[in-house]
Amino acid sequence: MTVKIYIPRDAAALALGAEKVATAMAEAIAARGLDATIIRNGSRGMHWLEPLVEVETAEGRVAYGPVKARDVASLLDAGLLSGAAHPLCLGKTEEIPFLKRQTRLTFARCGLIDPLSLDDYRAHSGLRGLEKAVSMQPAAIVAEVTESGLRGRGGAGFPTGIKWKTVLEAAGAQKYIVCNADEGDSGTFADRMIMEGDPFVLIEGMAIAGIATGATKGYVYTRSEYPHAIAVMTQAIEIARAAGVLGQSVLGSTHAFDMEVRTGAGAYVCGEETSLLNSLEGKRGLVRAKPPLPAHKGLFDCPTVINNVISLASVPVILDKGAAFYRDFGMGRSRGTIPIQIAGNVKHGGLYEAAFGLTLGEIVDEIAGGTASGRPVKAVQVGGPLGAYFPRALFDTPFDYEAFAAKDGLIGHAGIVVFDDTADMLKQARFAMEFCAIESCGKCTPCRIGSTRGVEVADKIAAGIEPEKNRELLGDLCNTMKFGSLCALGGFTPYPVMSAMTHFPEDFSPAPLVEAAE
Amino acid sequence: MNIHLPGADVTERTLAIVGELKGLEGPLLPILHEIQDEFGYVPQECLPLIARELNLSRAEVHGVVTFYHDFREHPAGRHVLKLCRAEACQSMGGDRLAERAKALLGIDFHETTPDGAVTLEPVYCLGLCSCSPSAMLDGEVHGRVDDAELEALVAEVRR
Repeated sequence: MTVKIYIPRDAAALALGAEKVATAMAEAIAARGLDATIIRNGSRGMHWLEPLVEVETAEGRVAYGPVKARDVASLLDAGLLSGAAHPLCLGKTEEIPFLKRQTRLTFARCGLIDPLSLDDYRAHSGLRGLEKAVSMQPAAIVAEVTESGLRGRGGAGFPTGIKWKTVLEAAGAQKYIVCNADEGDSGTFADRMIMEGDPFVLIEGMAIAGIATGATKGYVYTRSEYPHAIAVMTQAIEIARAAGVLGQSVLGSTHAFDMEVRTGAGAYVCGEETSLLNSLEGKRGLVRAKPPLPAHKGLFDCPTVINNVISLASVPVILDKGAAFYRDFGMGRSRGTIPIQIAGNVKHGGLYEAAFGLTLGEIVDEIAGGTASGRPVKAVQVGGPLGAYFPRALFDTPFDYEAFAAKDGLIGHAGIVVFDDTADMLKQARFAMEFCAIESCGKCTPCRIGSTRGVEVADKIAAGIEPEKNRELLGDLCNTMKFGSLCALGGFTPYPVMSAMTHFPEDFSPAPLVEAAE
Repeated sequence: MNIHLPGADVTERTLAIVGELKGLEGPLLPILHEIQDEFGYVPQECLPLIARELNLSRAEVHGVVTFYHDFREHPAGRHVLKLCRAEACQSMGGDRLAERAKALLGIDFHETTPDGAVTLEPVYCLGLCSCSPSAMLDGEVHGRVDDAELEALVAEVRR
């Protein structure tokens, strides 16, 4: 029987040499006349082990990693095809603790299947949610999503079902489903991994959203920085269309739904939903004032559901297994699972899907294994460039929307970036302001001007110019930006700045003159 | 001198691209991406043509082109090296790597080497935050870029 070898096509694996490994493996298989085939899967999310090569054996998949092209010969010599021992062998993939301890609902198939095989998708419970949805009343689908407790995974945490209900009840000849795949936050890559590793789950989720709200057209708005995701997603849509999953008759039903991928052009602010809608319409990505809500007047002024990739990709399992199944995971008002993205200076970086409720300390110290540099952890930025920096003193904070808000932070898109003790928090605060200045759409003054003034004030503090007065000024400026900005870019930039200043005051004190003179 | 020939060519190709894509809903970004793919930048002379074909003002098209970081007003070098400047890469020495790249190439961000070999650009997140610092060379991604890999990338573009 032909042995299946899995070598990821995920961008993180490619960035670490997966293409060279796949080429070397293909050449070696041919040269040795072996009966084996290579499947390019998504990533399992254990990025410190990428490129992670797996081989299918009678006892399950066996993993090897991190594999370099030069390891291929010795792997085959050792008996890779039968899952034999080798210094790079990690044992059965499913038994690797990082993977075994996860609760994979949204990412159940990511890394497991060939992302562009609809048969593989079906064989792993794919399309079951959509099959149920086509025979349900729209209001019943919306009720199921509402009861699941699913909240927007893009960062705002707004209940997905309520958003859908608003669009369902809105009058309009044309409605849209827009998937916000403009994943620009540093420390996040969950959307990219789903699009590259299990694109059909997003297609299925969007089709369900369409049926639930009466929308017949969907757009996935993603980033030009994600060429691999764009390619996989585009191909998957074509395959789904050819198979009748998309089109005039979704799975043979009376529902019509089709979709396409659109690419942004390097503007971070387009991850803000109203800016994204303007960009999709072909305009500058200026933020719109709300109301009207996108649910009432969204894309081209039509009722529009705009959801994050992970929100939409979580819908199929909710429809398949029921609202209660999903709701039973999690804590408080944060229900279900969240794909935590562990990044930055960490030993074990990657994607870890778990029910809400893990503490930040468990994630950083146990799951991530501390820093890659081996130095003590100084700060963890949670929720992207607009998220707060958490010191070790707050490591008991559970991963939960409300718990993070109570500590003046946010979960955002669930990316965490770890910094060791060499980090200069004044520099990080300055960067937050600089980034806001670069990416501001310019529509509102607090964001456009405030961010530039913020950089200047941070520079004055660094230079030791009236530090006390300027720290106060920075706080005042943050207050104006937080409450006076039109959207989260200007409104949340104060989070990293204020948290850095509050938790790491020592970095905001000017260096003594003697040091400067040296 | 045949200065009119390239102009005529740009006009013809621009109109072909616009003609192909203008049936889309919100066609301007797809058109601009296609034009940049075709010419390597968005030539000024395209703007009035696009505006006319889409029934927009030239100012609106100009506004869109200049709003987005991706669209170039001038051709880039033969290679484009993008270095991620965001927080995850900063936590792994991204700033130092950027300084090294600037020194190796003798240019700052947004500049092209005098021989036209390479343009250096900052990028705010390639989504490779678990294998920082990261870079993209002509669309190919690179993770955990250390000095040796950076030097290899620079040598590649210099060839």
